[in-house]
Amino acid sequence: MTLDAQTRGDFPILERTVNGRPLVYLDSAASSQKPRTVIEAMTRYYETSHANVHRSIHTLGEEATELYELARDRVQRFIGAAAREEVVFTRGTTDAISIVAEAIGRTLKPGDEILVTDMEHHSNLVPWQVAARDRGVRIRSVPLIGEGTLDLGAAERLLNERTRLFAFAHVSNVLGTINPVADLVARARRVGALSLVDGAQAVPHLPLDMSVLECDFYAFSAHKMLGPTGLGVLYGRRPVLEALEPARGGSEMIKEVWVDRATWNDLPWRLEPGTPPIAETVGLTAAIEYLEKLGMERVREHEQALATQAVEVLSAIPGVRVYGPRRERAAVVAFAVDGWHPHDVAAALDAEGIAVRAGHHCAQPLMRWCGVVGTSRASFSVYNSSEEVALLAHAVASLGGAP
Amino acid sequence: MSSVTRPALYSEMIRERWRRPRFRGELPGATATAEDVNPLCGDRVRMQVKLDGGRVSAARFAGDSCAICTASADVLSEMVEGRSRAEAAALGAGDVLGVLQADVRPTRMRCVTLPITVLAKALG
Repeated sequence: MTLDAQTRGDFPILERTVNGRPLVYLDSAASSQKPRTVIEAMTRYYETSHANVHRSIHTLGEEATELYELARDRVQRFIGAAAREEVVFTRGTTDAISIVAEAIGRTLKPGDEILVTDMEHHSNLVPWQVAARDRGVRIRSVPLIGEGTLDLGAAERLLNERTRLFAFAHVSNVLGTINPVADLVARARRVGALSLVDGAQAVPHLPLDMSVLECDFYAFSAHKMLGPTGLGVLYGRRPVLEALEPARGGSEMIKEVWVDRATWNDLPWRLEPGTPPIAETVGLTAAIEYLEKLGMERVREHEQALATQAVEVLSAIPGVRVYGPRRERAAVVAFAVDGWHPHDVAAALDAEGIAVRAGHHCAQPLMRWCGVVGTSRASFSVYNSSEEVALLAHAVASLGGAP
Repeated sequence: MSSVTRPALYSEMIRERWRRPRFRGELPGATATAEDVNPLCGDRVRMQVKLDGGRVSAARFAGDSCAICTASADVLSEMVEGRSRAEAAALGAGDVLGVLQADVRPTRMRCVTLPITVLAKALG
């Protein structure tokens, strides 16, 4: 049985129609849909176990804390982290990157450099710009070559003893390029730079093992991996996290407080100020259990098959241009249609019940490299089928010369 | 499947002005120019106007934008000609939508209003 046939019935939202047509949801890279088990786990939590975590000495508080910390263990196992202390819950990928950028930012000195790449999502650019601002810090960027892969020779030249941190995406949210994380991390480490990987587009689609990637930080969001919105994860190698001076203060992150000073709690709570999104971590546990049951190797195979099919059928349509590598790409396929602005493409496809993303995909430097203001983008998850890719291609082929 | 005739995506006016805009281009002797982007999609619109004795004698637009935004910029450029600076600056989304003969969904309203705000900026 295909993966979509096995999973389709688990996603209640996919039963609805849009503009009189069955919904064809091809926007999972922006946010995935949620299986019933995730929705029910969060409802059950609110109906039976909700209280604040960590400081409530009563049954509900204990249950909530247990569920919250269980989610940490599940994440640790899912991403192959060495210890549960290496898993910090955040509000999302952007928030996870910002936590690191704020903390590292305070230690930056004039002349220091932050290295990024031309394919980054704004969330992996702007936090570094803010951190670098007014500190005499230079932001440099690895250019792209060919179909949209990183220029590794340039990366080697750009990394130098002034580089404090190299921030790059595991998977491009537009091109679908899968970057050689372990190799880039090793190059950064050779010059003494830290590495931060934006894994938002990788975690939902690829098997992961932090002990193989060896990056210092890895950030991702729950809502792109069948989990709820409002929750993200910052993975950090323990010695690096230990050295990170918290830039944000609040309840859970302290050991002892005076009016003018405080001491910090242990990891990971030191980096988790304020009441966390508790129900969302319960949902994330259910999402991870769902993905683990499917098997991430199988998820990767299914989605790569869809992406490969989409690249082939869309490229074959006259007037359609597909961006990114032809092979070995992740489950996002950006494309342009002659005579059509991406927003008009998305509106026309929506009229057929097909949901795609259109615009700059929060990657304007990459759009400039592509020479466009935006693209249309189809992205896939476990529930998408080969038939849906064919429907997309048929709808795109039927667009005609102009709106 | 392809033989099913679908209702047009946009109004006749929007489609016409997207395919054959009449006011796209450079305006020689422009007295005011403004430009802005739609942060939602990255669309960019520049509006140029020529003021003669407090009246708009000509307007042109340029940019990279969707059908709705392009049509909005095109009819707006047409509408302002001959109006006083204050009259031109007072034109709103309702006026433009009236000419476009279109209902636009809330998610696309910025496509209609971007040229209007850029024009207001140009008119100071």
